[in-house]
Amino acid sequence: MSVAAVAPPAVSRWRDVRRIALRSPTFLSGAAIVLFWVGCALFGARLTPYDPLADDVINSLMPPSSEHWFGTDQLGRDVFSRVIAGARDILTVAPLATGLGTAAGASLGLASGYFGGWFDAIVGRIIDAFLALPLIVVSLLALTALGTSNATVVAVIGLSFTPIIARTVRAAVLGERELDYVVACHLRMESSAYIMFVEILPNVVAPVLVEATVRLGYAIFAVATLSFLGFGIQPPSPDWGLSIATNYSLVGDYYWTVLFDALAIASLVIGVNLLADGLEHAVRD
Amino acid sequence: MLSATETPALEIEDLRFAYTVRGREREVLHSLSLRIGRGESYGLVGESGCGKSTAALAAMRYLPANGRIVAGSVRIDGRDLYRLSNQDLRRLRCDVVSMVYQDPGRALNPSLTIGRQLREVFEVAGRGGAESAAGARDMLRRVRIADPDRVLDRYPHQLSGGMQQRVCIAMALASNPALLILDEPTTGLDATIEAEVLDLIAQLRADFGTAILFISHNLAVVAEMCDRVGILYGGALAEEGAARDLFESPRHPYTAALLQCLPRAGQQKQQGRLQTIPGALPSPGEIVSGCAFADRCAYTQARCRTEAPLLRDIGGRRTRCHFPERIAAAAPGSVDAACPTREPAPALLRLDQISKTYATVHGPAKVLHEISLELRAGETLGVVGESGSGKSTLAKVILGLAPHDAGGRIELGSATLPRDLRRRAGDQVKAIQIVFQNPEGALNRSHAVDRIIGRALTKLSGLAGAVRAGRVASLLESMQVAARYFHVFPRQLSGGLKQRVAIARAFAGEPRIVVCDEPTSALDVSVQAAILNLLAELQAQKSVAYVFISHDLGVVRYIADRIMVLYLGRVLEIGSAAQVFAGPHHPYTEALLSSAPSLEGSPRDRVALKGEIPSVLERQAGCVFHSRCPRKFGALCETEPPPLREFEPGHALRCHLPVDELGRS
Amino acid sequence: MSSIAAFLGQRLGWAVMTLLILSVMVFFGAQVLPGNIGRAILGPLADVAAVTALNHELGVDRPLWVQYWDWISHFVRGDMGRSFIYHTPVFPFVAASLTKSLALALVVCVLVIPLSLAGGVYAALKAHRAADRIITLTGLAMTVVPEFVSGIILILVFGVWLRWLPISAKWADDAGLLGRLDHLILPALPLVLILFGYIAKMARAGTLAALESDYTRTAVLKGLPQATVIGRHVLRNALLPTISVIGTQVGYLIGGLIVVETLFNYRGIGALIFSAAKAKDFPMLQAGVLTVGLCYTVAAIFADLLFYLLNPRLRSGGAR
Repeated sequence: MSVAAVAPPAVSRWRDVRRIALRSPTFLSGAAIVLFWVGCALFGARLTPYDPLADDVINSLMPPSSEHWFGTDQLGRDVFSRVIAGARDILTVAPLATGLGTAAGASLGLASGYFGGWFDAIVGRIIDAFLALPLIVVSLLALTALGTSNATVVAVIGLSFTPIIARTVRAAVLGERELDYVVACHLRMESSAYIMFVEILPNVVAPVLVEATVRLGYAIFAVATLSFLGFGIQPPSPDWGLSIATNYSLVGDYYWTVLFDALAIASLVIGVNLLADGLEHAVRD
Repeated sequence: MLSATETPALEIEDLRFAYTVRGREREVLHSLSLRIGRGESYGLVGESGCGKSTAALAAMRYLPANGRIVAGSVRIDGRDLYRLSNQDLRRLRCDVVSMVYQDPGRALNPSLTIGRQLREVFEVAGRGGAESAAGARDMLRRVRIADPDRVLDRYPHQLSGGMQQRVCIAMALASNPALLILDEPTTGLDATIEAEVLDLIAQLRADFGTAILFISHNLAVVAEMCDRVGILYGGALAEEGAARDLFESPRHPYTAALLQCLPRAGQQKQQGRLQTIPGALPSPGEIVSGCAFADRCAYTQARCRTEAPLLRDIGGRRTRCHFPERIAAAAPGSVDAACPTREPAPALLRLDQISKTYATVHGPAKVLHEISLELRAGETLGVVGESGSGKSTLAKVILGLAPHDAGGRIELGSATLPRDLRRRAGDQVKAIQIVFQNPEGALNRSHAVDRIIGRALTKLSGLAGAVRAGRVASLLESMQVAARYFHVFPRQLSGGLKQRVAIARAFAGEPRIVVCDEPTSALDVSVQAAILNLLAELQAQKSVAYVFISHDLGVVRYIADRIMVLYLGRVLEIGSAAQVFAGPHHPYTEALLSSAPSLEGSPRDRVALKGEIPSVLERQAGCVFHSRCPRKFGALCETEPPPLREFEPGHALRCHLPVDELGRS
Repeated sequence: MSSIAAFLGQRLGWAVMTLLILSVMVFFGAQVLPGNIGRAILGPLADVAAVTALNHELGVDRPLWVQYWDWISHFVRGDMGRSFIYHTPVFPFVAASLTKSLALALVVCVLVIPLSLAGGVYAALKAHRAADRIITLTGLAMTVVPEFVSGIILILVFGVWLRWLPISAKWADDAGLLGRLDHLILPALPLVLILFGYIAKMARAGTLAALESDYTRTAVLKGLPQATVIGRHVLRNALLPTISVIGTQVGYLIGGLIVVETLFNYRGIGALIFSAAKAKDFPMLQAGVLTVGLCYTVAAIFADLLFYLLNPRLRSGGAR
């Protein structure tokens, strides 16, 4: 008996992507780190041994010990608890900003790539102008003008991501637009909206997803940096960037007030980027 | 032929080669054995997935990271390739064996001049300086490049495809190797250019005495170029023997079936359908018990499914079949088809003086020049032409995807068709549909098959609900797409199946005209026959008209009722298929016909064309073909463009020559 | 030669348009968004009369387009307005701080470009083996750590514990060139770390693509020695795309030094923008931001020009 003729199962691409991703060590280690911090963000309040906001000035600036695993800061607050609790704000602001940027950027990129012409040219120039400035500079400008709150930070970072994501989506759409199945759509008198959202969009989701995950890493990076500069998350939040800003003048003698927050930021950003890298390899197949 | 004492140029013995994909090892070549003697030319033929390109790379020891030799050996000029040190391997590649590849544009480094790339072949052999420069110039002359110094200073992207391939051949032969491996060297080149390159290879082989391994999927090319041929199926040789003998009387069912699939010697659709091979090609690395071809073979017995046949010698021929004597002679068989003679129907589509000009960076490019044609219901108009002929633009103009210039008219039935697709009425759009060349991009890879057809039915036939679902099923079944493929995504389908789905989609709205843009060029030979049959069937049933664009003259001759020959946007000849093939021919048609390699393999008087196809941007005074025409007779050809003259009913030509002086077949 | 001029001309045209749009955006961001500038400066508790008076004094009660034209027409002539805080022209501040940022950016470039190109190419040559994994993962890890985090860790390690390098970028007034460089190394390092990962990744990807290409196969099968294949055939095509990336990244360096300059007390243009933002000194902020955009655009043009000159396809025209 030669080859059996079996009905091939309807395997959509995503099943394959999921299978490959779940076997990739890069993806899994990234996911592990991210899930850990997400857990801290969600359940942190119940897990912290001490209240992150509670002062205890008598015990200020104690080095790490069995009672205070990461030591205490200037006001006697337990650093370990603050590190755990600090995950919440950054993991609220950064994903929201990324989501906003992705949605806006994807729509703009779809329209720009599909319609082309003068619309694309003008949007392209505006995007170029936006990209001429580093993210931090744009954020500083906008936040100075608008005032700083979690909402404005989300809006500013989200809108700063729009041009970059628009550009990625546009490139993907340009590639799709020339394919014959789009020509076939014209020969069926399909509307532009249908072609963009029903025919083309499913085929560009993959690169958008990868780009969005990378942007999430940058969002965390940016929020932490802005907090450090005083333009991000505001006190009295136990946010990591903010803690570092408050304490870095002490770094010489009291390293623990800064080191663990720094490591927390580093690990989260690395985790997100590992996730993005793993996803990119899975999707490329 | 091969003398017993002479070391063969190439000797492959029991080669087994496997790739590791996603953790699993798939054996792509199973015990391949062949021998090429000094100066001999050997053709390795097969369809996709048979392993021929892998064989070529294995013979050069250029293995990808995930490939390995499981067993067997490769000896070049007597030396075991896989036992050589890196240094010796390099020397071997430098002096003894060379390769020419399929895509010459990509085989050349875009950042280095031709001269640089050519000279280094001499330099690495130890002949540097002035000698390498002179050698480079000399090689370019030998590959018939008229102005070598100019070409030496150029970059690859500045040369045409044909020129690039000549340069690659020059690089390969510069070291005077004992063995030259060619992997589909002319696939993708225009017919007349291909003919020249093949001529060149034959000539150089005679001059240098090089042994050649010629890998191709094109049986006719191999028949012309090679002394001996090996047919590869499922990673092993099915049959091997002298070219002429093998193609005249095959001794393996696969070879016989392949030959029968090809439209041959004037076969036309009215005479019957093409033979096809049921089933599908084995995917690379598939494990089968018994004979790999058993499922598709017309002569299968019980033994074939249990015992894998070995390659055995039967008097000068080797075949891998248990029952080689049962193969009937390969007369072009055909399956009878009910093909009633049709009365000529009224004209369905009429193009009147259609021109198309594109605005480019270098100025306006006029791609179509006042084309007029008529298409009747149930008729196929074959459109033949090379690059720059305008055949793709013609398709776009008919479909409304590219609006033609003002001054021309397209009529569908009795109504004038608006130039732009978006201005056409619903039933006008429905009436004209297309089947694309490449089934890959033609189907949305994120939509399942039934959704693709369902949507087409919704938009073109206004169906919905259960009625639509029923129609989806019946439409797909009539295209021989089994129900088990309905919910599947395009990437899980083979090329042939994808094309069937694409055809089903084109027919969803009951079109009256279907533009077929090279619909079988990207498909294997065995699949091609089935698709052509399907198209012919549909035409007979529904009286749909086709505009069939192709570069393959055999296919066009089979399926077309009338043929139009285009060159640089002008019609040079138009007539019925029989008339165009019999003659009198336009000089260009004559050259095209003579450039097509044929299975009969007999040397024919090939009409060589001078120079390259001119650019669309150049303004042509006089006859558009005069710069390359072998029958050009004087100043008239250069100054006065000839009119299109109908000299016998239904047959028109654009040439100054009197009809009696033109060639015939 | 004329094709280069044509290319430059076209590129400059686009750049001017982009900069114009940028200037409008910056102006909008600084002048329009806050709504009421006087209120933004004086705070919510100041009385209306004081706010109105301040607005009038600053000239922000005029129509928007008048304000914009006034600002931009002066800017291009070098007059960047007057600081709200210091009441002196902005231009000298911007010029001085820009020079210092350029010096720091230069140190970063000299350190990072050769290192990351070499690292990326080497990683590609040893693809999927130990050396490659180490380089790739290290690069990845370093890319994503914010500069202030790595800066602090570096300060701790090299400045405080090992005491190899000074932890502030302020040098003594009579310090020679070497002394100044010494102070610039530590501030340069966080940026070197970030850029290394990014550029090395691009170089690696470009080299891998070149190694897997058909023309490399041709070169190997011609019998050329490994060194020639890599040196003559691979590198050129591998590194060409990296040029554009380096160009844009260098462009970002000018303004992106905010954090590092703050951390190390270095009065570059990033620090200038930061302090202007904190003080709500809008003219200074606007001028600084637009200057940063200008620098980026210049760097991008340079990178494009270099790409154009090195790419035979663009230089010598189309096919045939």
